[in-house]
Amino acid sequence: MRDEFMDGVKGVLPILLGVVPFGLIYGALAMANGLPASLALSMSSIVFAGSSQFVITQLAALATPAFVIILTAAVVNLRHMLYSASLAPYLQHLPARWKVAIAYLLTDEAYAVAITRFNRADKGGANGHWFALGAGVGLWITWQITTLAGITLGAFIPAAWSLDFALPLTFIALVTPALRDRAIVSAAVVAGVIAVLAFAMPLKLGLITAVVAGIIAGMLAETNT
Amino acid sequence: MSNDATLLLALIIVGLITFGFRLSFIALMDRLRLPPLLQRALRYVPAAALTAIITPELLIRDGAVFLSPLNARLIAGIIAIAVAWRTKNTLLTIAAGMIALWLLQWIIR
Repeated sequence: MRDEFMDGVKGVLPILLGVVPFGLIYGALAMANGLPASLALSMSSIVFAGSSQFVITQLAALATPAFVIILTAAVVNLRHMLYSASLAPYLQHLPARWKVAIAYLLTDEAYAVAITRFNRADKGGANGHWFALGAGVGLWITWQITTLAGITLGAFIPAAWSLDFALPLTFIALVTPALRDRAIVSAAVVAGVIAVLAFAMPLKLGLITAVVAGIIAGMLAETNT
Repeated sequence: MSNDATLLLALIIVGLITFGFRLSFIALMDRLRLPPLLQRALRYVPAAALTAIITPELLIRDGAVFLSPLNARLIAGIIAIAVAWRTKNTLLTIAAGMIALWLLQWIIR
């Protein structure tokens, strides 16, 4: 059990190269947009979802009405419901406190690392939840520390370093090895293209539209082979 | 209510909604049986969701599509994909992408 937990922590270590700059940039952006430091920091534990935190920060700076902020952030985070459905079969045997803990920690990165672990046939599912917990805790601690660092030091990070690019790079590193067959590639390509075409949709609806379109494309490609 | 108090309240609501999304199926699946069609759909969630976040970051600049060899983020992203494909190494992929972006930004300007 303890081994699996540590394996989970180790499993996220390489991704931290992407998460650390992202957290720094979030803290810096929140300060640049005039958010109180206390709110910028508490958002990282209350919401704990990087891309929606960026969106909230930008909307708040534009004096957007609260209900629009809530709705937009909810749409951006809707994909987490799919992550929940995807991990659920592996967590059914666990007591409620485990489900609550893993759900709270279920970010894009934690999901990608955990589902890879659960899909590994050689490991079996028995202690996979310890791995998921380790991955989630590792990411959570990193996110809090880097948020704080971004808030305090962010003003000294030159924009020319383009640290925000660490986010797409992290996701590229996570998704590329998962493109194992034609159906999955179809899902990725369609989701990627639709996400760009639907980028201007209100309330950031383009993202979830693209994800659903990608899933449908994957299923169609699968039935056609 | 002050602006900060309103924003804090909004954050708490967003936090609860996000946690609700994350907990939804994990908490309820033993009571709800997922239809086979949905179970099949879940296989495509990681690739579709992550790619849908990646592509606008590479291709959208200032609110418009920027499909050009002069788009440093696009080229650096393609280089990162190639590195990820060949090596399956997360650390190397992120490092290569960042370095590629810095070099390209320096060359293109």
